[in-house]
Amino acid sequence: MKKVLGNKKAIALFVGPGLILYVGLVFVPIIWSFVYSFYSGSPGLKWEFSGLTNYKKLFIDQRFMDALVVNLKYIGMVMLGQVVLGLCMALIFKFWLKRFKNVIRTLIFFPVVLPTVAVGQLFAKIYEIQPNYGLLNSLLSNIGLQEWVQPWIGQASTALKALSVMDVWVAMGFYAVIFYGALLDIPDDVMEAARIDGCTSFQMFRHILLPLLRPVTITCLVFSFSGSVKMFESAMALTGGGPGNATTSLSMYMYNTSFGFNKVGYGSTIAIVIFLICILGTTIINKFDVKEEA
Amino acid sequence: MNQAKSKKVVKSTLVKIFIFILVIIETYPIFWMITAALKKPAEFVSKPAYALPDGLYFQNFVDAWTRGNMGLFFKNSLINTFVALIFIVIFSMTIGFAVTKMDWKYKNFFKRFFLLGIMVPVATALIPLFQIYNKMGLVNTRLCLILTYIAFGLSLSIFLVTGYMRSLSNEIMEAAVIDGCGIYSMMWHIVVPLMKNAAVTVLVLQFFYKWNDLIFSMTFINDTKLKTIQTGLLYFQNEFGAKNWGAIFASVSMSVLPMLVLYMILNKTVIEGMTAGAVKG
Repeated sequence: MKKVLGNKKAIALFVGPGLILYVGLVFVPIIWSFVYSFYSGSPGLKWEFSGLTNYKKLFIDQRFMDALVVNLKYIGMVMLGQVVLGLCMALIFKFWLKRFKNVIRTLIFFPVVLPTVAVGQLFAKIYEIQPNYGLLNSLLSNIGLQEWVQPWIGQASTALKALSVMDVWVAMGFYAVIFYGALLDIPDDVMEAARIDGCTSFQMFRHILLPLLRPVTITCLVFSFSGSVKMFESAMALTGGGPGNATTSLSMYMYNTSFGFNKVGYGSTIAIVIFLICILGTTIINKFDVKEEA
Repeated sequence: MNQAKSKKVVKSTLVKIFIFILVIIETYPIFWMITAALKKPAEFVSKPAYALPDGLYFQNFVDAWTRGNMGLFFKNSLINTFVALIFIVIFSMTIGFAVTKMDWKYKNFFKRFFLLGIMVPVATALIPLFQIYNKMGLVNTRLCLILTYIAFGLSLSIFLVTGYMRSLSNEIMEAAVIDGCGIYSMMWHIVVPLMKNAAVTVLVLQFFYKWNDLIFSMTFINDTKLKTIQTGLLYFQNEFGAKNWGAIFASVSMSVLPMLVLYMILNKTVIEGMTAGAVKG
């Protein structure tokens, strides 16, 4: 047994190829990005070591600050929307929905499987105002809310919100299914006992369900957070970062800086900032987890 | 008594209406997209956006498939996704097995090392990757996309597989060894068949991730012949003009089609596979 499972050759064969790819294309590039972030210019063109200059530059770069604010606002709205609405939907399924549970779950999950770019194109048409009204505007104008008709993604004041609504729409069902699974795991007698003790629905939610759902809520928050930090695909597909810079995220700013303006060093610095925000955010969220075993 | 009963009826009706609205919100846009893909160009101007199509106008699909190169993009996406998936499943199975069940000194270190990758935002590795591929002359090839897909698919897949591997009983492996099974035949005849569920989960999850990829294919590919469906869609408007809604909707519908078909057939597996990444975390 030991001899078979300790077969060095087999281990090397099993782990080797994947390890090479992983180290070469994931691990090394991250280290590499870190090194790049201390250089200015781009390789082969005024490429010189500049120490912390890039990092200092971040603080006075208005476009970076704008991107950071856009990204943070987006994270806030999307996380809140996805997790809270997902939880509400799961509660409705569990307590109010008697029949057709599977059919409704299947329907609600539908948007999750759609490609992001396709959803972006679809919503671009929903929000459209010119040359003809899109779905939303034509519905609004027909029910007599003509004054609400507006270029939803064409103006800075609503573009980011419109984008967040789209991303919440896409992922709501995903979180609902996860929360629903966790709700099913809560034993019925716990809730039964609480009800006999005269718990109101709200008390039940606040004192029984919420504490029991804490681990899964944290998981959902982490998932939603790491998805929204990246903010690239959906914004690219819906607004392309516009109007102006109203929906330009950190990833998009990094992309433009390094591939559009060829400032690879500075681009890498932004990439490292994204990495740090990701690590920092996840660590903070995980801090709220109750460590029972520890 | 009667009052309580009627209150209950009101409540359940309200709940039904509420759930109905929710389902409409989540599904109507998709329905709208598919019907809009069947409209003639004139219908978009003469009627409000929510109107149903007059007839079935399939010319939009033909336009998108041929003039819009959707056929080509489709083929590219299929090849890239398919090849990457095969390797992701093979590697995550073998690595997952090696780091949970096999006997060697650094297995825990390597397990953790692989799992680190789950947290990495793709953007952080993008610039160096481009430099590497550029130096190697791999930019604008299928190979660089496939390699990247595999490398970035590994961490989460290995994580999922190790979860399943832990439940693999040692007795079965022991019996196989006593019967004279070598490590390779054990892997192939015992581990793989028992890990079918793990493989399906990884396949489903990674299929959606890879099919959806935009940032890599946008960065590494600018040759129209090699573009994938997502990059193709993104620049579709430029080729057709923003006014040709029908063709745009047709192309979007087509890109959605494989997911819808897969989802219709395997909806439970898909839901489980897609949420596995979060639930097992």
